[in-house]
Order: sequence, then structure tokens, then C-alpha cells
Amino acid sequence: MNAATNTAASNASSEAAYYTHAYLDEQTKRMIRRAILKAIAIPGYQVPFGSREMPVPYGWGTGGIQVTAALIGPRDVYKCIDQGADDTTNAVSIRKFFATVADVETTESTADATIIQSRHRIPELPLREGQIMVLQVPQPEPLRGLESRETETRAMHAYEEYGLQYVSLYENISAFGRIAGGAGYPVLVDERYLMSPSPIPKFDNPKMHLSPALLLFGAGREKRIYAVPPYTRVRSLDFEDYPFEVQKWTQACALCASHESYLDEVILDDSGNRMFICSDTDHCATRRADGHHGSMSDFSLEDAEQSRTGGERP
Amino acid sequence: MAYVAVKGGERAIDNAHALLSEARRGDASVPEIEVAQIREQMSLAVDRVMAEGSCYDPDLAALAIKQARGDIPEAIFLVRAYRTTLPRFGFSEPVESGNMGVRRRVSAAFKDIPGGQILGPTFDYTHRLLDFRLAAGDQSARAAARIADEPTPDTLPTIASVFAHEGLLEVDAPRNAHAEPFDLTRDPMAFPADRDQRLQALARGDEGFLLSLAYSSQRGWGSTHPLCGEIRVGEVAVSFSPDELDFPIEIAELTMTECIMLSGFASMDGAAPQYTRGYGLTFGHCERKAMSMAIVDRALRVREFGEEVSAPCQDEEFVLYHSDNVEASGFVQHLKLPHYVDFQADLQFLRKLRQEYFDAQREAELGAHKEAAE
Repeated sequence: MNAATNTAASNASSEAAYYTHAYLDEQTKRMIRRAILKAIAIPGYQVPFGSREMPVPYGWGTGGIQVTAALIGPRDVYKCIDQGADDTTNAVSIRKFFATVADVETTESTADATIIQSRHRIPELPLREGQIMVLQVPQPEPLRGLESRETETRAMHAYEEYGLQYVSLYENISAFGRIAGGAGYPVLVDERYLMSPSPIPKFDNPKMHLSPALLLFGAGREKRIYAVPPYTRVRSLDFEDYPFEVQKWTQACALCASHESYLDEVILDDSGNRMFICSDTDHCATRRADGHHGSMSDFSLEDAEQSRTGGERP
Repeated sequence: MAYVAVKGGERAIDNAHALLSEARRGDASVPEIEVAQIREQMSLAVDRVMAEGSCYDPDLAALAIKQARGDIPEAIFLVRAYRTTLPRFGFSEPVESGNMGVRRRVSAAFKDIPGGQILGPTFDYTHRLLDFRLAAGDQSARAAARIADEPTPDTLPTIASVFAHEGLLEVDAPRNAHAEPFDLTRDPMAFPADRDQRLQALARGDEGFLLSLAYSSQRGWGSTHPLCGEIRVGEVAVSFSPDELDFPIEIAELTMTECIMLSGFASMDGAAPQYTRGYGLTFGHCERKAMSMAIVDRALRVREFGEEVSAPCQDEEFVLYHSDNVEASGFVQHLKLPHYVDFQADLQFLRKLRQEYFDAQREAELGAHKEAAE
């Protein structure tokens, strides 16, 4: 395994002493756990909860952080990704937060983690039983784009009145010849509740269907928690003649040659040169460690940066 | 190519924090500002931070302003994030603004009211001319306030009590002493919102947002025809009844601003017509906020008075969901976090659409050539 596994003890600073374990007070954690249990009992239903102000801004993952804080224990191994990557600034920042306030072991390895907090991606490596995926959610209401009033959308869920959503998909087809929406594509959970999967690309939607891992969704600013319990049916909405499709690339990952992963596009210069690489950094690194090589596997972004500032083209 | 650099790590964050700290300090040859100086000399900023931060502590608010480099919403956020870690041990008795030790009290409804008009420390009649003596540190800029011949009365009757004899102004519904007030810091927003939830949300709400809404109402977008019945600023005592005792004890004194806006008449349940009112209350001295709050409070009471919702300021979901600047600032600014996974999905879709567009165009051109050839 190439992943760096740190013992948290070395990360824990004196800050930890000033806050309770995992930052939140015990009553708040209990309140959140109750919301989580209710969410698991009613798959896909948005449970209102008394979301707290966290030391990071709304929009940075306050919902996911609160869910993690309510769950994390000393034996957990915590992984945090943003856009699939362990090394994006916000993922680094949140991982550091829990290493400090929860004194927990952190990892970049999807396989080793017991709790995986994520913004906008589900890892490529299939999740297993016992793992918990915590997704950060900006807008929990899948119908919000169609109906701005919460009082209305709550009633629509209660009456299972999702016609408006299908009309919207149909309008896509008439406008674009296909169903639009690349991320945050709506799903029906256990054939009952319409749910926003958070802005994961629709590429990741099939990973939720009958997932052996528990999927939890936390929306801090909107104060909602919802869940997909293990082995629950999750269906992406579509029509018989316009079936659900996921993104595909003609390119393979330039670093690990993967044809199956979600790719990021990296701009190399100002003249249109670009490379496509795995969005899931752990997946990519694991494959490279296993001996897979892409067309630009020796390429280093830093070298490219240097050569550019040196006036040369890579 | 900063986009690539977003995949950068811990070191970048640490360096940014160090740079922030340096920027906060500014030119090191200029003496560092002390928290006490902010507390004493930037007191209206401190008051706003306490009001919207929902935490009455001038020292903490001053510290937050210093740490936030004077960015008030950021300071409010710092105070909120601290406040959320404090245990909640109950709720106080309602403060009695009729017993306020008044420093300032004006009514626009009557020329004189019992106790008189008391201007207090106000900008209202200053000429807004930059005072360069302040820049020069000239002591003559600091006029000593004269001590009044007579002290202000201990309590001043409120505008509500002035009206009470004739029943011209609606009175509060009797309070259920056992009902626990709604607390937005513990429970999520719920609709329809009752008075306690609405007033708490407005009290925590962004001053600028409420000011603009109140202004829109005045300009006719959901007009409430407001008239400033009374605005008062001063100190009130806070009492709390602990579980162990069956009587309240005084635990604190707060500076507060209260505003009562008189508004259009209404006849409730067949009773004689009365003035309705809007209510504003803030920590500290925040007149602009208290007045805006009172106008918006009244505008949001459309349901009670069977009025029609015709403007944004009357729509409780619109107003209450969007008044919190910690939520708003976070969500607007989170757009600077990386979104390249969603962007890639969008981009793929757009490229496909463009491909189809160009294919169709090429086919049309080929068709046109063919026709021309024939």
C-alpha cells in the first residue's frame, strides 16, 4: 500500500485539550446520532436537525463534519477527500481538524478507512461492509431547483409527488436531445424518496445502488441529514427510451492508464494542451504502485510548471 | 495556472495562514491595536458583532474584530463559532424594557412624551464633515459632555403604556410563562414561523439585508406605512430562574436597543380598529438594525392580519431563510472551493452539444453544395 497512514498522536496539538472529543459536546452528538438513526430508518428522507455553527464556514462541509464528529471513535480510521483527491486544500484542512480534535488515525487509502468523508465523489474502489461514507451536501432538496419553497417541497415528498421532476427531465430531452445534469443527478431511494446524491458526478450514482457500505449525507447550512442504508435500492431517474447513462472518456488516465475511472482535465499550457488524470488520487496511486503506467506517467506537474516559467513548452 | 496548484497541500495552507497573520498586523512600525481599544473606540462595530453573533460579550466581540482584520461578517462568524461551543443552561425571564436605564429615547409620534425626548449619543444631527482634528490626534476634537442638571428618571414609560389608556395600539398576547421559546441555535427553521422564531431570526439577521428589505417596504414593495413610535437605548437587567430556586435572580446587565414601529390600522376579530406594530430589539446600540427589524417584523405578519403576500419583505421563507449572513457568506464564498469534478461533467455535456451543433452545420453545408451542384 502506498498510502500514507499517520498516527494521530503525532498530529494532536495542545488544541485538543480545550475541546471535547471530536469537537462537539456530547448532547449535540446525541442529537445528531438520533437524526442519523431516523435517517437510516427512513432511507432517502431528509431529517431536520439542530445543525451547529462549526469552526469552518457553511459550504465547506459543515454537515459532513458534524456527521463525522457524531460517529468517529478512537478505533476509526478516517479518510477525507474533496473532488476525489486526498490532497486538495479543503480535504487536508478537514482531515487535520479531526486528527487534532478526535485524535484519530487518518489515511489516504480507501481500503483502510472506516469513515470516508467526501465532497463531490464516491471513491472508485468498491466500498465494503462496515465502512461509512459521509457526503457533504450543499443543497439536500432535489426539487429545490424546481420549487423554491420548503413548505411545498416537503409536501411533495410526503405525497410522493414527483411528476415535476420527470417533466423537468423531459424538458431536458426536448431542449438538448438527452437528459442534462452531470452532477447531483436525482435518484429514487428504495422506490420511495427522491434524493439528491449531493453534487457527485452521475458517474458515481450506480455505486450507491445496493452499496454494502452505509451512506450518510450531511447538509449543515440547510440543517438536514439523510441516509442510504447498506444494500438499499438506488435508482437514477430516466425514461425507457432515454436510459440513464454515465460519463465516458475517450482518453485513459495519463498517469495510470485506467479506462474505468472518472477523469479530471488538467490544463498544461495556454495553447490547448491538456492531460486527463484520475480524479480519485488513491485509486490512481494504487494502480501506479501495482505497475500500471499511463502515457505521461513520468510527467510531473511541478516540472511542467518550472519549464513553463522557464519559457519552454513541455 | 493556479488551477493546477489547487492540488497542493498542507504546506500551502500553513503558509497562507502565516501570510494572513502578517497582513493582519500591517506595518509593524505602527503600534498594534489593543482589544480594549477596539472595545472602547469601535463600540458600534462591537455592538453589531454581538447582536448578529448572538453572544453578549464586548471583549470577545472586540477580539473577533481584531482577528478578522475589521471584516464584520467574519468577526460575527468567529463569535458564532465560539458561542456554539458554550453549554446552554436555560432561558431568561423576558427583559423589561420599561425598566431600562435609558440613555437615548426618541419618539416620532408625539412632540413630547412622558419623560421627554432624550437625544443621547447620536450621529443624527451631526454634519458629516470629516473631522481632521481626529486624524491629528488633536485633543480639542474631544468635547467633554456636560453633566445634566437633573438626572434622567430611573424609568421612562414606553410608548405602549402611553397608548394603553385609549387602547389605540395592539397589545401583546399574554405570554405562556411555561412555554419554552423557540431557539434557532438548537432547532432548524420551521414554517409557518411563530413570533419567537421570527424575531430571533431577525435579531441574528444581517443588518444590511434587513435594512434593504425595510427600505423596499417603505418604497411600496409590501408597504407597512411605518411610523417610529419609539426607539430607546439603554441598560436592562437580565433575570434567570434556576431550577433550584422558585424565584428569579439577576444575572447580568445588557445594553440594548428597542424599536416600536407603529403601522397601519387593523381591526382584529371584530374589535375596534387599532394601530398594529412591528418590533425590533438588538444587543448593544444598533438603531439602524432595530428600526429595520421592526419594519420587517410587521411586514412578515401578513398571515395574522389576513393581508396578501405581494412583496419579498412579506414572504417569511424568503426573508428568514436568507437573512443570516454567516450562512449566506459561507455558501456564496464556497464557490471558490474546487468544483472541477462537477465542472468536468458540465464541460463534457457542453462539448457534446457543440459537437452535435457543428456536425449538423457541416451536414447542412454539404447538403447545400449538393443542391448547388445539381
